[in-house]
Amino acid sequence: MADIVLDKVTKKYPDGALAVQEVNLEIADGEFIILVGPSGCGKSTTLNMLAGLEDITAGELRIGGERVNEKAPKDRDIAMVFQSYALYPHMTVRENMAFPLRLAKIDDKIVDAKVAEASKILDLGQHLDRKPSNLSGGQRQRVAMGRAIVRNPKAFLMDEPLSNLDAKLRVQMRTEVSRLQKNLGTTTVYVTHDQTEAMTLGDRVVVMRGGAVQQVGSPQYLYENPANLFVAGFIGSPAMNFIPATLENGELSTALGTFPLSDKVRRMAERGRRPVREVIMGLRPEHLEDASMVEGANSSRGATFTTQVDVLESMGSDKYAYFSISGKRASSAQLDELAADVGVSDLGAGQTVARISAASRAKEGSSLDVWVDLDKIQLFDPESGKALTYSD
Amino acid sequence: MAGIGGAETTGKKARWGLVNVVVVVYALFPVLWIVSLSFKSKKAISEGGFFPTEWTLDNYAAIFSTTEFIRPLFNSIGIAIIATLIAVVFGTMAAYAIARLDFPGKQLLVGVSLLIAMFPQVSLVSPLFNIERALGLFDTWPGLILPYITFSLPLAIYTLSAFFKEIPWELEKAAKMDGATPGQAFQKVIAPLAAPGVFTTAILVFIFCWNDFLFAISLTSTETSRTVPAALAFFTGSSQFEDPTGTTSAAAVVITIPIIIFVLFFQRRIVAGLTSGAVKG
Ligand SMILES: Nc1ncnc2c1ncn2[C@@H]1O[C@H](COP(=O)(O)OP(=O)(O)OP(=O)(O)O)[C@@H](O)[C@H]1O
Ligand SMILES: [Mg+2]
Repeated sequence: MADIVLDKVTKKYPDGALAVQEVNLEIADGEFIILVGPSGCGKSTTLNMLAGLEDITAGELRIGGERVNEKAPKDRDIAMVFQSYALYPHMTVRENMAFPLRLAKIDDKIVDAKVAEASKILDLGQHLDRKPSNLSGGQRQRVAMGRAIVRNPKAFLMDEPLSNLDAKLRVQMRTEVSRLQKNLGTTTVYVTHDQTEAMTLGDRVVVMRGGAVQQVGSPQYLYENPANLFVAGFIGSPAMNFIPATLENGELSTALGTFPLSDKVRRMAERGRRPVREVIMGLRPEHLEDASMVEGANSSRGATFTTQVDVLESMGSDKYAYFSISGKRASSAQLDELAADVGVSDLGAGQTVARISAASRAKEGSSLDVWVDLDKIQLFDPESGKALTYSD
Repeated sequence: MAGIGGAETTGKKARWGLVNVVVVVYALFPVLWIVSLSFKSKKAISEGGFFPTEWTLDNYAAIFSTTEFIRPLFNSIGIAIIATLIAVVFGTMAAYAIARLDFPGKQLLVGVSLLIAMFPQVSLVSPLFNIERALGLFDTWPGLILPYITFSLPLAIYTLSAFFKEIPWELEKAAKMDGATPGQAFQKVIAPLAAPGVFTTAILVFIFCWNDFLFAISLTSTETSRTVPAALAFFTGSSQFEDPTGTTSAAAVVITIPIIIFVLFFQRRIVAGLTSGAVKG
């Protein structure tokens, strides 16, 4: 077990592609770190550099305080779980799991004991003598995990380990991975595409974009204090609503109406070096509510606007009300990039969604008074994408 | 419904079975003819029917009683095995490099080996004859082994690199992460998975060397290195004027036996889909 430090780590592929730029990251001993970001942002490349499967172009990588840039994977004492599992098809489950130990020339008795222990943890006992081709996806996944845990490595690296499982199994394995990591207390770096995995698994989440780290922090912190539009739009599901707005005399004019700024938001917005006029207003769906559902005490820190509900989805615990906004759309390079990743043409133009109480009597096609929690409004500079309401 | 489906597949099976039988009979008929000839006595040969009217083992006894056949058989086995071994070892290394690495001159290597494979061998016979005579390789084992390796390597490289490309790259990465040196990763993970390819290649190369007539007849002059296909052409009966049909047939039957053994021996190893289960679910 050890801490991992990335000091301005950069990767340039031979064909000139700059996959990772100057990533600084300090991973504490025993920490569970999630790397998340859109496709092609350099997550796998970063992981492969940690593993030693890719050379580091510049910068330094230290594991347990020791520079390991030049070390071969086998000398780094790190285990990796691949997206494809990469089980050895000609070996049984037992041999697969014993492989790292055999290479380390460990005594047969100890090998047997360790394999037995790992297979007990992962509930693979009755499959030990089967070949990987005869196992189900979930079982293969567990064998891959087993191969990683048998030798108590300094760290685990996992590259989208659950993405080949179906939805139900993924949820089940997710809790299993989490439990396993907690019990073993091994430093873990986990790459994922999946919102939920990112939010639920890690101690800290690293959001990457175009090879650069955007923000690092606990899932809750990133959710509440995104440093820029990209992080704000990436974290959270359904995604944050982005609405263009003009900031004037302590008031926000938007296509939905004019909202006064709460003291808290105004104080943070005014810290900005230059007075920004045109901004993008960010609103999480749960900070919008059916006005008739809001209690008196709360309604004082909010504002209300009226809109037409296009679509209403009932989720059981609450309802999602979708409505569209007239006028121009929020546009920013970072939002365009996010939109491209999730596959919609324009994130700022999509529907605005409110997560309202299940008791709401809102109806599709009829109008609804929507309450906005003014304290929770986030403001972004459309040019740089930086959050104006971001507090360190 | 099951009944209809069942009838359909039975009908299909019957049709395919019939086609198979036709193809097999068509392919095997000349072989059977040779086998039949080899068991015929001299008198029966001149009669010309398919089944021998008079069975005899004389032809076999005759070929095994002279060095005229035994020595070439020994040469054939030795030369083919050595050439196969070397070609497969070099071919494996080259194919692995081609499938897995990006090195300068890779395209050139692939191109040149393709060129060699397509080169008409006949046009090389006289230059080779002269070169080997000058080097003292003429009528020696290496004198045949070398050209066999040269012409079977492209075949080996092509077959093997196709097999290597099938093996998921990640298995090698996984082996490295598990603590293997590149050598161990190759030996313990890649090589076992490539085994079917290696055996397939070995069979193809062996058959090529075993069957070669062109080089065997032009680059040898005595029994020290003459192989069976060439030796057959020199067969005579017990007297010069005797017709050697019976003995030639017997020899032809004998030299197909090692190939059959070779194929049967390795066939068990050629298990398709050995890599299944390596990745995904
Ligand atoms: N071997 C390579 N040679 C050149 N460029 C590469 C290579 N591998 C990856 N890249 C580039 O580096 C960038 C980062 O790739 P990487 O595989 O790290 O992305 P990722 O974040 O893991 O994406 P995904 O979520 O799709 O797996 C991409 O733009 C990719 O095109
Ligand atoms: Mg990746």
